[in-house]
Amino acid sequence: MTLALHGVRLRAGGFTLEIEAEFTARVTGLFGASGSGKTTLVEIIAGLRRPDAGRICLGDTVLTEVASGVSLPPERRRIGYVPQDAALFPHLSVDGNLRFAERRAGAAGEAFSRSHVCTVLGIGGLLSRRVTDLSGGERQRVALARALVSAPRLLLLDEPLAGIDASLKEAILPYLQRIRDEFAVPMVYVSHAAQEMIALCDDLAVLSSGRLLQLGAIDEVFRQPATPEVARIVGVETVQPARLVEVRDGLATVSLGPVSLSALATDLPHGTTAVLVSIRAEDVILIKDAGAVQTSARNHLTGTVRAIVPAGPIVRIELDCGFPLVAMLTRQSVEELQLAPGVRVSALVKAPHVHLIVRG
Amino acid sequence: MSDIFQVTLFTLGIALLGTMLIVPPGVALGWALARRRWPGKAVVETLVALPLVIPPVATGLVLLKLFGRHGALGRLFENVFGVEIAFTWRAVVLATGVMAFPLLVRTARVAFEEVPVRLEGVARTLGAGPLRVFFTITVPLARRGLMAGCVLAFARALGEFGATVMVAGMIPGRTITLALGIYNDVLLGNDGAAFRLLAISVALAFAAVALSEWLTRRHAP
Repeated sequence: MTLALHGVRLRAGGFTLEIEAEFTARVTGLFGASGSGKTTLVEIIAGLRRPDAGRICLGDTVLTEVASGVSLPPERRRIGYVPQDAALFPHLSVDGNLRFAERRAGAAGEAFSRSHVCTVLGIGGLLSRRVTDLSGGERQRVALARALVSAPRLLLLDEPLAGIDASLKEAILPYLQRIRDEFAVPMVYVSHAAQEMIALCDDLAVLSSGRLLQLGAIDEVFRQPATPEVARIVGVETVQPARLVEVRDGLATVSLGPVSLSALATDLPHGTTAVLVSIRAEDVILIKDAGAVQTSARNHLTGTVRAIVPAGPIVRIELDCGFPLVAMLTRQSVEELQLAPGVRVSALVKAPHVHLIVRG
Repeated sequence: MSDIFQVTLFTLGIALLGTMLIVPPGVALGWALARRRWPGKAVVETLVALPLVIPPVATGLVLLKLFGRHGALGRLFENVFGVEIAFTWRAVVLATGVMAFPLLVRTARVAFEEVPVRLEGVARTLGAGPLRVFFTITVPLARRGLMAGCVLAFARALGEFGATVMVAGMIPGRTITLALGIYNDVLLGNDGAAFRLLAISVALAFAAVALSEWLTRRHAP
């Protein structure tokens, strides 16, 4: 089912949201920093806020059409909304919360019966509990269950894992995946955590200052950010200005000061000279004593380790290869390679992993 | 003694009736002030607050002019319903209700303002219309504040004097409440009777507070 947002505009204070997009995936991630307008957009879709202009359709249903004065009230949209803090009704028990949502479902809700939803989300044992006695993870699962029990045609999840500590997040992600796979309800998943997005989303929409910067398959957005801003938002670690030297056989050569890199030359407008090079830290391979090694990677850089920053199970290595390059390795790799500041290493990057973003 | 009994029952009945009459409009207005923006809101707010600010006797005077025999509303009631308001028990209900109204509205407004708007929004996404949201989410969550507002209004109604004396007079057996009775007894030099009424007033106040405590605690989490 397609969620179509045409010319949706909302001005609030000094902030303007302007969106033109069609969400067609099972799960579309809405990615952006706080203040980028993610929650505002979600509230507009849910019908809790009215845009100044635009038209929003879900499948064949017109939800909002400002020009003709159509605005379906939220209770008739059949859109489930789970906000960051779960927003459970504190005066009702867990079961009371679920029953509140159940009324609408009616016959359409066979697949969304309370017992089935409780089984999928593993909250059968919590039904008689007071909402105020639940842990953060339980609260989110109950909120998800409550939204599902209302038999929605679309689920809006606004940073459901934001207030939860890391270990619990990993415990809840599988539930979200189960919802995605069991209930065939399209979802819009708001977050600013790349890992959650990768685990859950098919498509990714990148939002900044109320504007949609890029919408596409998630790997495409991560590997080929459309603009430097997208690259920065989705977290590509290395973004460097460079000069396009030549294009031959679909392969572009760019120079970053003394260093040359090869990249795929797709979609480069004619006459391009100034580009930004973006390389995801995960795409950089480090080897020691590279002298005799032969690889297929087009880019073979030598550099010195400047800093080693642990980031959870992953370690971030900052290199100087004539330009600053960041690599992400597992802790084991770092130990095996005996990396330390000052150590000389070779960095390999395949040409398809060097992304060129045309400047200006 | 039967006199005291009559005055006590009369006062309780009046205060109860006055409170019950103002609860629907008071709660509705409190909600409208908390949740909606509308033209003339500031004017209505000021009008409602007026009885709190001006002397009760002045409020009584306004009521007397409106509901007296020659007042616009007084004539209306007399012609349409055939009932007299001024200087009857109805005037006592009217005066206590009007005086208690601002307290109820203000407390209800604050109570509604403390209910997160987002909970109501989420409730609507779950399929509940505005009325169902109001009665199953908003009111239960504002319960303590609303209850406190009712108790406050009831207490104000119990003790109302100034407006009542203007619009209802002091007619023994017809319009005399505890507050008026105390004043009347002191005027007549019956200090003993006045003190008995005082003791009853104090007892009622304690009972009201205890009742409100019990009501708010009963459903507390």
